[in-house]
Amino acid sequence: MNLYGQEVASRLLIGTALYPSPAVMEAALKASGAEIVTVSLRREAGGGRAGDSFWRIIQSLGVKVLPNTAGCRTVKEAVTTAELARELFGTPWIKLEVIGDDETLQPDVVALVEAAGILIRDGFEVFPYTTEDATVANRLVDAGCRVVMPWASPIGSGQGITNRAALQTLRARLPDITLIVDAGLGAPSHAAAALELGYDGVLLNTAIAKADDPVGMARAFALAVEAGRAGYEAGLMPPRDFASPSTPVVGTPFWHAAG
Amino acid sequence: MVLTVNGERREVEAGNVAALLEALGYEGSFFAVAVNQEVVRRAKWADTPLAEGDSVEILTPRQGG
Repeated sequence: MNLYGQEVASRLLIGTALYPSPAVMEAALKASGAEIVTVSLRREAGGGRAGDSFWRIIQSLGVKVLPNTAGCRTVKEAVTTAELARELFGTPWIKLEVIGDDETLQPDVVALVEAAGILIRDGFEVFPYTTEDATVANRLVDAGCRVVMPWASPIGSGQGITNRAALQTLRARLPDITLIVDAGLGAPSHAAAALELGYDGVLLNTAIAKADDPVGMARAFALAVEAGRAGYEAGLMPPRDFASPSTPVVGTPFWHAAG
Repeated sequence: MVLTVNGERREVEAGNVAALLEALGYEGSFFAVAVNQEVVRRAKWADTPLAEGDSVEILTPRQGG
């Protein structure tokens, strides 16, 4: 998949939060085969040492880093956080989140479009976390986004895709944009479903980090993403309203014999 | 001089950003710094003066989704 001119083989992007330990996180990231991981910036109270060990693990994995603006609630906060991320990580990539509601963690799409425009004019390559709304996605593309990341359902809810028709519309309306389902995926089958819809990739965190066995779940998601993509490329049969026998009817034993 | 550092009031004698990081025991340079919500690039740490009441954010990489 193409991310602002960079070709990436793995269609699974994963978060680095909520794992039971740094060792489990490291093993899960490896098992996922992900080439891109999301990270955040936070205040460091301990003289810079607590974040140090985390960062050393990420660096040792040789993955690309996608910093986020998680927790930002205004355009100004998001833009400043993005600038700080670029300064710290040396990447123009930013997963742009502007939260509009503390309960649902629903993106503030109005602020999102504004912040995306400001950042793109400043040279950023923006990965906006948005809803499934096609008009908002179009506004993000108009602002210069080449990647759009609609949610499947609210962050951390694990509900999977709750508005399949809208995600399908989005895919059809934006054939040249890299679309990644971000947030709400709870099971490997949810990820496979997103890829089967023609989505280029998925981004998730909680479903892996909070599994009983995060390493096993990371592997399961990697397989699901591969299966979903292979299914999409092979061309899914269109659903039908009625049954249709798969075994040939002609030559059925005792056919027409009962008359 | 009283500054707000990462949301906490701190009494620190530091004329610039680099001196503040040193005074607070930050080692190395893997931080991003903002003063009054404006990013201060690493190359400018030593040349960026601090004034009474300034609000400084010192950020490091952390886990994120």
